[in-house]
Amino acid sequence: MKAGAILRPAVILLLLALVLKPEWFTPVFAPLAPEGAPVIYARSSLLSLSLSHLGLVAAATTAATFVSVTLAILVTREAGAAFRPLSRTITNMGQTFPPVAVLALAVPALGFGNGPTLVALFLYGLLPIFENSVTGLSNLPPATMEAARGIGLNRWQRLIQVELPLALPVILTGIRLSVVISLGTATIGSTVAARTLGEVIIAGLLTSNTAYVLQGGLIVGLFAVAVYDALIQLEARIARRSGARKAPR
Amino acid sequence: MIEIDRITKIYNGVPAVDAVTMTVESGTITVIVGTSGSGKTTLLRMINRLEEPTSGEVRINGESTLEIKPHLLRRRIGYAIQGHGLFPHHNVARNIGAVPTLLNWPKDKIRARVDELLTLFSMEPAEFRDRFPAELSGGQQQRVGVARALASRPDLLLMDEPFGALDPIIRARAQDDLRRIQRALGSTIVLVSHDMEEAIRLGDRVAVMDGGQLVQHGTPADIIANPATPFVADMVGDMERPLRLLSLVPLAEVVEDGGAPGAALPADGSLRDALSACLWTGRTAVPVEREGALIGRVTLETIRARAGLRA
Repeated sequence: MKAGAILRPAVILLLLALVLKPEWFTPVFAPLAPEGAPVIYARSSLLSLSLSHLGLVAAATTAATFVSVTLAILVTREAGAAFRPLSRTITNMGQTFPPVAVLALAVPALGFGNGPTLVALFLYGLLPIFENSVTGLSNLPPATMEAARGIGLNRWQRLIQVELPLALPVILTGIRLSVVISLGTATIGSTVAARTLGEVIIAGLLTSNTAYVLQGGLIVGLFAVAVYDALIQLEARIARRSGARKAPR
Repeated sequence: MIEIDRITKIYNGVPAVDAVTMTVESGTITVIVGTSGSGKTTLLRMINRLEEPTSGEVRINGESTLEIKPHLLRRRIGYAIQGHGLFPHHNVARNIGAVPTLLNWPKDKIRARVDELLTLFSMEPAEFRDRFPAELSGGQQQRVGVARALASRPDLLLMDEPFGALDPIIRARAQDDLRRIQRALGSTIVLVSHDMEEAIRLGDRVAVMDGGQLVQHGTPADIIANPATPFVADMVGDMERPLRLLSLVPLAEVVEDGGAPGAALPADGSLRDALSACLWTGRTAVPVEREGALIGRVTLETIRARAGLRA
């Protein structure tokens, strides 16, 4: 906790400085840039790239969450149990299919830009959220579920008032995994002209400018760390509110 | 009045509950006792349709439960289970107010009812209202579970081994509390237990289940004195029958004029307590008091007379 109290603001400050005032870091990156080449990426604003990057991840994760949780709810109902292996196969395929291949296949259909990246991130993000939602929804305390039925909650009320709130911490863990994977994976979207921080890294690779590569990589990495940490905090807070204050569920 | 009419549940061709007919009078506690697999829990769960009967029906005050949607039926019937089943993400007030909320009671009425119930269960409302179940002791969680079942003043309260998870001392207190609260509210309770001791202690009527059939249904005294089958006799326990009989007789019923040495027993104690006191202190009679005033005595002779079959 103590280390977190110092590290957390440090990470956020460093991140803000890298995005908003990249020129401050010229002396740091200068030794890595080739002779005469620019040290700091200036072809487009890092802020707008960051926002676009985060926006893509947020959009893909939101869609993946919506689809995965809906699917998980369906297959954890009595009537949907038969579809559980099928849904698991589909989400697994999303994960095993390399994002690069998805990009390559999606470009002819969707054209260059953000579209193919959204599809790749969406498919890639399904599995962790789906698996965790199924786990969360199938490991609810049996006495609580029995009581919920026994006191007269109907199916819908049980789902909304009991099952989802109790499964929420586990579902959130899945979302966190998915977000962190997507933050890194989104960079390759810039190979098909998506506006992400990958643009900086790719520009660096094309011009053998290690300074660019490092700059882009550092920002993406710090975003992943900060978002991961924020989501862990959110999970802990929700788990506390779920009554797991003393005894674990 | 709850009428259970030839209710049957068949699982895979085997009857778990076989044509059980039974009437539960309003304002009484009926304890269904049996070993595991006797069908007692299935019988209970068919009353609020957590299990659908294969045939037969249950009528509550003349109305068949089959004519009401299951979840609406359950809101009219309190339900408390072993291990309480509280909602871990809701505080005590929300847990107790769960059914009134489902029934759309106004907020202030729910709040007043929650406080009333907490007080009834000797839990200070200001202290416990906002706690979460994980912050309560086992006995407190169990009381909140029963309070939740009583919240909407249901026609009927079903309890499935409600005290099963409690240690013996807390369990005895919970049983006394339930008896006291049931008397105060005049509730109708059907409780499932595997423990004959609990059945005799709590029940106005005891129903013994064996192999899916109702083998005996009667007052505790009747069950002890005239067990209908060897199984019932076994459940009662032959060696303990006289003691169980004595535990049913309050001192007030047999007190006679006269004095006796030593410490007095309260008039609502049982003959079993009196026997125990006699044996322990070597007396042949014990004084009986009511609210601090001596009202007479109970002799060992009287106890002996009530301990046998002639009772």
